[in-house]
Amino acid sequence: MEKIVMLGNEAIARGAYEAGVKVSAAYPGTPSTEISENLVKYDEVYCEWSPNEKVACEVAIGASMTGVRSLCCMKHVGLNVASDPLYSFSYIGVNGGMVLVVADDPGIYSSQNEQDTRMVARAAMVPVIEPSDSQEAKDFIKEAFDLSEKYDTPIIVRTTTRLAHSQGIVTLEERKNIEDKPYEKNIAKNVMMPAQAKARHIFVEKRLKDMAADAEFMSINRLEMNDTKIGFITSGIAYQYVKEVFPKASVLKLGLVNPIPDKMVRDFAAKVDKLYIFEELEPVIELQVKAMGIECIGKELFTVQGEYSANMLRRVLKNEEVKNPSFDVPQRPPILCPGCPHRSVYTALKKLKLHAAGDIGCYTLGALAPLGVIDTAVCMGSSISTLHGMEKARGKEFIKDWVAVIGDSTFLHTGLNSLMNMVYNKATGTVCILDNSITGMTGHQDHAATGKTLKGDATYAVDLVELCKALGVENVRVVSSFDQDELTKVIKEEVAKDAVSVVICKAPCALLKGQIFPNKCVALPEKCKKCGACLKPGCPALTKNADGSVSIDATMCNGCGLCKQMCKFDAIDMVKRA
Amino acid sequence: METKNIMIVGVGGQGTLLTSRILGGIMLSAGYDVKLSEVHGMAQRGGSVVTFVRYGDKVYEPIVEEGQADVLIAFERLEAMRYVQFLKKDGVLIVNDQRIDPMPVITGAAEYPSNIIETISDGRAVYSMDAKAKALELGNSKVFNIIILGMAAKHMNFSKEQWLDVIAKTVPEKTIEINQKAFIAGYES
Repeated sequence: MEKIVMLGNEAIARGAYEAGVKVSAAYPGTPSTEISENLVKYDEVYCEWSPNEKVACEVAIGASMTGVRSLCCMKHVGLNVASDPLYSFSYIGVNGGMVLVVADDPGIYSSQNEQDTRMVARAAMVPVIEPSDSQEAKDFIKEAFDLSEKYDTPIIVRTTTRLAHSQGIVTLEERKNIEDKPYEKNIAKNVMMPAQAKARHIFVEKRLKDMAADAEFMSINRLEMNDTKIGFITSGIAYQYVKEVFPKASVLKLGLVNPIPDKMVRDFAAKVDKLYIFEELEPVIELQVKAMGIECIGKELFTVQGEYSANMLRRVLKNEEVKNPSFDVPQRPPILCPGCPHRSVYTALKKLKLHAAGDIGCYTLGALAPLGVIDTAVCMGSSISTLHGMEKARGKEFIKDWVAVIGDSTFLHTGLNSLMNMVYNKATGTVCILDNSITGMTGHQDHAATGKTLKGDATYAVDLVELCKALGVENVRVVSSFDQDELTKVIKEEVAKDAVSVVICKAPCALLKGQIFPNKCVALPEKCKKCGACLKPGCPALTKNADGSVSIDATMCNGCGLCKQMCKFDAIDMVKRA
Repeated sequence: METKNIMIVGVGGQGTLLTSRILGGIMLSAGYDVKLSEVHGMAQRGGSVVTFVRYGDKVYEPIVEEGQADVLIAFERLEAMRYVQFLKKDGVLIVNDQRIDPMPVITGAAEYPSNIIETISDGRAVYSMDAKAKALELGNSKVFNIIILGMAAKHMNFSKEQWLDVIAKTVPEKTIEINQKAFIAGYES
């Protein structure tokens, strides 16, 4: 069998392929995005970007109902969006196996919070499986589909950033030939009205008890008996840290973390002198073990915050502190790229001294210095509705120096309803749609307004102007994101109106293929008055020299010309790209 | 074999992901267990990025921690300084002698430290080169990362032929030649 080095997310895609999955739907979200991007390479699987996770989840549910295996992928906060269908589908159960891959982000590398998917799964009474490396990521996905069909339940496979974005060796296998199950109309199972739901709730409780009893025979739960002085119950990536630091300890490695294998846990606890529960984020395994009346040590010692490591385990349990001399160096926070259209829009908003209710995407970076335009950022789609709430609380004068900013992909994700609500409830705010024609932050995924599917096929592209008009917005303006004069003029006019306005600030993401400006910016030191105006937008291609003049890095400069527009002394020129 | 630890640090967009793919490829082909870990998403937008590579008979955790790196490859000077505490006392430090100002330096809130390489060497072997200039000489400024990889490769136990073979299998076909040239430039420096 062929062995290759695979990213965790790539291995998940491979697992879904080998498991015979036929339909997959997702909305991009770090650290889950690469699953769909890899799965779409297999022609046997239909793969799509849906506008949001709720839609994606329902697409996978529909596919499962017709009797085929389906997959749905998202980041942890995406599960909040998908939780409405999830909670009910937990009652309904599957026909073809259905698996949700949900990627948590301990350490908050690229998210707005650090929630633990396993807690949501517990509330929805959905079983959770946790792999600990790329090989297991592939194997456990296949196991998840078998369990989904055996126990008539959707299954969540929980990954974390460290697993999703680590690579390891994976042995490839052939795709299973899974027959489509017949579709049969079944109101009692598939239509959730009170009478049906009551019966299914009883089934769901029994399902979890059955799984807990059977779990000791599942290959994804593994007992590694060694020295019995200390024992660990652990799962996911945390298992690797235990093996690194305590290679001789006994370990109960759980693949199924909700529910946990009843008898296996009791037997293991009885055999070891001291029992530790080592799991990242919330005490999900620990609370279940403690509920069984078993004495163990968990979150008293191990934090619920951030990412774990072997050194953390050494520090807490062995009192070994690794501390090398380190240097106090300037931080390097993430920044908008050279040539990013968002920088130009924020520069205009800053000139107008406007506050912005922000949203989720690259453009959230507009909260940081030197732009500092964004005041708030909650979740996907929240900018428009929070601005609306501000107006309803404090009146239209309060939001006269405010706008909402939202990206094109985020607008189609969940911003749409909020805009509809503004019109419906007679608001007066201004919404800037930062339209860079792509889902940027997650690495360039198409969406319903780009005219291309995940597979790369041409399709209908939503017309944002007509869409906003259809919602009842009378003032819809389109401006080039790089035209400072026009931007400031139009936004100023729209904010002054007592009506809902949408300003679509349009220019493609600077990192898109083929998105290269014909010219580059060059500083002319002889004309420079050293006023620093060009530095204000914070473009990383510009450096202030010791004498106060400015240099422009030729390889970094994208040629957007924003710095040239900032200069009143013609001290920046545009030259043809070599 | 005891597990060996390599770290690649740099600025988002400098091509650390390609470098780690080549490292993963060579370790797999040499029959080692290997794990790599890298950063995607927001941090990649011009932020400080880290890639960990671990190989040996059996590798558990995918990350390299403080004081564990046998080789630290830095694509930028300030990033070398940020992560030097991850290097073992007898570890090897490879630095691309390039400066990229972070936002606090651009806005004037902080200063870019001077004499970084002298400050952090602490008696260790430090190998540095302006790989971007060298890459421009070769005709493509982007391959500076492969030049640096070539410099680091001298401190790992694989033959030049093995490396060139893996590069050929990893990079897009039309860039094989320039990448191999870049590797040799670093390897023979």
